[in-house]
Amino acid sequence: MIRTESVASRLWVWAVWLLVGFFIVNLLALIATVVVNSFSTRWFTTWLPVGFTVKWYLSAWEEFQLPDILMATFEVVGAVVLLSGLIGVPAAYAMARREFPGKKFVMLLFLLPMLVPPITFGIPLATVLYKAGLAGSASGVILANLVPTVPFVILVMIPFIQQIDPRVEQAARVFGAGTFRMFTNVLVPLLTPGILAALLLVLVRTIAMFELTFLTAGPENQTLVVALYYAVFAAGVRAGQSVDAMAVIYMVTTLAWLLLALRFVNPTQIVTRAKKGGH
Amino acid sequence: MKGALARKGFDGVTLLLLPAVFFVIALFIYPFLYGLFLSFAPKDGGWWLGNYAKFFSDPFLYDTIGKTLLVAVPVTIMNLACSVPVALRVRLMLKPKLLTTILVIPITLGTVLVAEGMLNYFGPRGWLNRFLMEFHLVSEPLHLIHNYWGVFLSLVITGFPFTFLLTLSYVTGIDPALEQAGAMLGARGWDRFRHILMPLLLPGLMITFCLSFVQAFSVFPSAVLLGAPAGITRVISVAAYTAAFEEYDYSMASAIAMIMAAVQVGIVALLLGLQSLFYSGPAGGGKG
Amino acid sequence: MSLRNFKALRLDAMSRDFGSLNALKGITLNVERGEFIALLGPSGCGKSTALNCLAGLLPLSSGAIWLDDKRIDTLGPEGRGFGMVFQNYALFPHMTVRKNIGFGLRMQNRPKDEIARRVEEAMRLVRLTNQGDKLPGQLSGGQQQRVAIARAIVVEPPLVLMDEPLSNLDAKLRLEMRAEIRRIHASLGCATIYVTHDQDEALSLADRIVVLRDGQTRQIGTPAELYGRPAHSDVAEFMGYRNIVKTAAILGEHLEVTIGGAKLWGTSVDIVASGDALAAIRPEDLSVTADGPISAIVQTAEYRGRDFFGVALTQDGTELYFRSEVSVSQGEAIRLSAEPHRILVYAA
Repeated sequence: MIRTESVASRLWVWAVWLLVGFFIVNLLALIATVVVNSFSTRWFTTWLPVGFTVKWYLSAWEEFQLPDILMATFEVVGAVVLLSGLIGVPAAYAMARREFPGKKFVMLLFLLPMLVPPITFGIPLATVLYKAGLAGSASGVILANLVPTVPFVILVMIPFIQQIDPRVEQAARVFGAGTFRMFTNVLVPLLTPGILAALLLVLVRTIAMFELTFLTAGPENQTLVVALYYAVFAAGVRAGQSVDAMAVIYMVTTLAWLLLALRFVNPTQIVTRAKKGGH
Repeated sequence: MKGALARKGFDGVTLLLLPAVFFVIALFIYPFLYGLFLSFAPKDGGWWLGNYAKFFSDPFLYDTIGKTLLVAVPVTIMNLACSVPVALRVRLMLKPKLLTTILVIPITLGTVLVAEGMLNYFGPRGWLNRFLMEFHLVSEPLHLIHNYWGVFLSLVITGFPFTFLLTLSYVTGIDPALEQAGAMLGARGWDRFRHILMPLLLPGLMITFCLSFVQAFSVFPSAVLLGAPAGITRVISVAAYTAAFEEYDYSMASAIAMIMAAVQVGIVALLLGLQSLFYSGPAGGGKG
Repeated sequence: MSLRNFKALRLDAMSRDFGSLNALKGITLNVERGEFIALLGPSGCGKSTALNCLAGLLPLSSGAIWLDDKRIDTLGPEGRGFGMVFQNYALFPHMTVRKNIGFGLRMQNRPKDEIARRVEEAMRLVRLTNQGDKLPGQLSGGQQQRVAIARAIVVEPPLVLMDEPLSNLDAKLRLEMRAEIRRIHASLGCATIYVTHDQDEALSLADRIVVLRDGQTRQIGTPAELYGRPAHSDVAEFMGYRNIVKTAAILGEHLEVTIGGAKLWGTSVDIVASGDALAAIRPEDLSVTADGPISAIVQTAEYRGRDFFGVALTQDGTELYFRSEVSVSQGEAIRLSAEPHRILVYAA
């Protein structure tokens, strides 16, 4: 925009890009080591491994009971996505369209679970779930994961709904649509892009949600990320390559959904919750 | 009755809120309050403040606050200090999507995967140390994992993109015409930053700082996997986890979680209190 | 402020391209001290690009900008010392009116009492006394506009740039602020370059108007020249010649054109030989008379208070816009005529 010409400002610009470049190079190298190691036969004192193999993927598949873990992961993630959509979207609609006393308080109620880090509320939540006999079961894991995702869906959807002209709904009512028909025939089609974006983001976040699952899952319903944690934690029990093979499987699962999600949302939305209203 | 409620704005549509509100109360507010009460009922009976007394008299426990602050505060300041200049540059890019996509990857992958990558990459035989040795930048491998720096670096790798993307969203919210207006009036780069951008960014940066700090303060997996969880990086979340899942003392664990929350709230409140001293209106240039 | 007492600002083949797109193709212009220049053109014609290049917000691709004998296109915006009024005003939202206006002086490190005095003067000039301690968000659109003007002129710049400053105001306020800008310019006399797409604004404010189209200068002239004698048919269309009729021009003792099947005499603008041509006539110069040469049927007629505005279709299918003081109604057969000096003929 404004061209900077002086030597000092050019140096400054270079320094800034150097910083970004340094960060990205290290980040990519860090991810690359995991991928390379997962395909290596042995890798000790050289730049690259001695040889390449896919056997670690086969062994990881069996050693870590990956089929079970993947099933458990998709069960949890699928349920979380569906439920947070069902609970969150109608609530977002009410928040976007109605003014009522105490609305600010309700808004704060939805903001808190997103602002408080999961490990902080996860421990009391896990305690309650244990007392209720839900922890260690899939339903406990799902309930715990819903705590941040329901507010997330609400906060992403509010600006999306607000940008839809309320007169469209009034028009639908004038033409004789009841509340339910108005919802299914008018609102849902208009909201589909927003719902899709919100739910994809929920999906990505839930696959990667470590703390809440970690605190509430039992051995049968570990998700991929928790299983990965235990594998890394117990490093030495199994070959490092095998752990990395699992890490790559986790990474591919997450990134595939992330790339899909990024077709519909801006990367900044993953942290900023659609501050600018949906697009 | 129905009419009176409707007049206040409650109608069928407002009822759609009920499941979500009920849900948040049951699974967020209630556990929090439950934890709070539980923390006042020590496992072995005794004084209602027993857990807190124990926490603040046992250095092994109360030191965790200091250790957590020691890693969380410098990391947050560093991430924010790097984010602002980078965001100010990226704002000028025509197609920042590739960069933001790359940066969103570590956030999405999460701390566990980053920890595993760091164990490989920053390890004594990892690529980084190999590179440094090859070019004789160091004479022996740097110790970057299983100590303070392991946790620090992991919080930079996942925290910097988070802080940056938040900062970017605030930076792009400032009307570029304001900076142009400053330049037309003779303000050079530094003056434009000091007098125009910074005052407008400050409220957003405060919020970014709070969110980033709270994330860093609750560091858990990387403190275990990359730090020295019995030593310098025995952070407060590790203490809470140990109490709950190794000693099965949920009352003590709840007390520690409450202390963790209190420190977070305390720092955030302090910063937001400071923020109220600054301009906090819209950062656009037009009709306010 | 040695630049302040300049004699002339010279744009020398100023060009700017965005990738393969030429946004500005060699604009050459001389601006005298105290002159008010309007850059006029439809959106996308390059007028805002030209202004941003002048301001230093966009670098030139080629060409130069001279202030007397000092080349300034290599300087950044902060080095040129021009004042600028932005389309959305770009007031600093976190500073009071007083701070906004004094910003440029503070950047020059002027003494505090001088800043206070000159800000006060500027506020008086734009009639904003007593508003000094408000934030921009507390002001109306017109008041924000005044602050933006005061902020630009308080540093006594050699040149003030205005980027469609009235486009965000409603119609009544726009007329009021137009008069204000004329008054302020008259009392300060600093050279002004004013970008607009509204020919009324350009005609009423400017000493000279530069008409731009597709990044090129189409015509430079006084408002009277542009209004009375546009150099090109597209300029004519922009200046209110709504009837642009394809015709064949026959150059003889008089220039003869055919409009709606009727032969009329016109005035040549750039006709050097007989051939295809365009005839341009304003609606108000086509009058309804009993013995006019053009016969047409009224398609629509709108009552406009003082007169009627209508569209008529001639026998050969040409649509003509006209004004009439006598009442006409739809379907009525009328005859239209125009004075030879009101029919401008351009080579096609």
